Amino acid sequence: MSTDHDNPYDLLGDDHDDGHRWAFGTGFTDPLQGIDTRVPDGLDAAALARQCLALGDDALIYSHRLQQWVTRMPELEEETAIANIALDLLGQARMLLARAGAILGQTEDQLAFFRAEKDFRNMSLAEHADADFAELAGRLLIFSAWRLALFTELSAAPDPVLAAIAAKGVNELTYHRDYAAQWVVRLGDGTEESHARMQRALATLWPLAGELFQPDPDAAGLTGRASADRGSFDALIDLVLAAAGLDRPEAAAPPAASYAGVGGRSGRDGVHTEAMGYILAELQSVARAHPGATW
Amino acid sequence: MVTTVPSQAATVAYDVAAGTPDPELPMVTVADLGILRAVDVTGDGVQVTITPTYSGCPAMREIGADITRRLARAGFDRVTVRTQLAPAWTTDWITADGRRKLAAAGIAPPAAAPRGDGPVPLTLGLPAPARCPRCGSASTRRTAEFSATACKSLYRCGECGEPFEAVKPL
Repeated sequence: MSTDHDNPYDLLGDDHDDGHRWAFGTGFTDPLQGIDTRVPDGLDAAALARQCLALGDDALIYSHRLQQWVTRMPELEEETAIANIALDLLGQARMLLARAGAILGQTEDQLAFFRAEKDFRNMSLAEHADADFAELAGRLLIFSAWRLALFTELSAAPDPVLAAIAAKGVNELTYHRDYAAQWVVRLGDGTEESHARMQRALATLWPLAGELFQPDPDAAGLTGRASADRGSFDALIDLVLAAAGLDRPEAAAPPAASYAGVGGRSGRDGVHTEAMGYILAELQSVARAHPGATW
Repeated sequence: MVTTVPSQAATVAYDVAAGTPDPELPMVTVADLGILRAVDVTGDGVQVTITPTYSGCPAMREIGADITRRLARAGFDRVTVRTQLAPAWTTDWITADGRRKLAAAGIAPPAAAPRGDGPVPLTLGLPAPARCPRCGSASTRRTAEFSATACKSLYRCGECGEPFEAVKPL
């Protein structure tokens, strides 16, 4: 075994090409380094960029929301679980924003930290603030079940970069969905209190699921489908709810006023809930206060 | 610069890159883990191709820097590290040698990764028990799906009572 690596922290002092490393995880480089990001002939580059931005924004904003739970989870084991899931989504966001950025001529940091709220394309579900652990579990189930179905289809997308990012994401979203589903079952099939709170969480979250299946012409150009399949999504959710002894809220329930969007426009169109402004303030303030800073 | 003939240089460069320890699991190398996909030596220097284990793995940056540094020490001063995303990394690529080293360090190596076409099946039950790397018992229980890193779960052995980590099949 090599002896020059017994203490990995010794390496931090070494000068590297960028000279910006002061801790592990710093000195970020392009997550798509060395990957051919030219758009294949015949593909609508602008539509591909919009799609990557939308999927990247979902992951970025959702990851931020999950990070806010860190240090507040009921058990240490769930703390590491949520931190790891948030990290996976952040990794997906970085690659997707870098993929969009390669087309738009911007870096992932410019897209994450210097865009205005109206230019973010994430779904309302991603920015929702979980009121309790039941909402966290329910929201993660809805989000990861939908995203897993979508990424499974995007694994065959005509853009090889997006297809590779999606195929990689499928492996991660699989255990995100399992983790969330297992908690929904434990809470639904748990005590009277946990059951009631899980049922209440579903009632709050279910109206947000509608937006996930709005037809999207950009997606249609990439997968041949305008949205993930609602029928198989509902069937999967029903499977979990049956094991949990929970009822699926009425599909016809009117969405809460704050999630109805404005004039038929919502997250994908840059129309967000009030929560989004607070998220961006926290997410972007350091980068905006110190333009050009590296980390 | 290394002045050996190209084929020898390629072998040397591969061995140097392959011997790079993983920052999180220093008992195994990047070659043991299957992260190192290719080392090509051309007139323009050495091109190293690595593949990320997880989308958000912060160790990728370290691995690239460590490989570059080790190659520089071996006399290769022009090194580029490129990322390859497809096919996605799987724990099935961990070599037999890598599995032995993990077990010797008290980390249960992963079972075969689930693979299939079409919709991914939902798992509501517990996974198959990992074998205890200390006493070999299969009477173990998963205590947490995640551990200090995304790639490992926490288990406890029912036989010897020791807690241990297991690499998740992916």
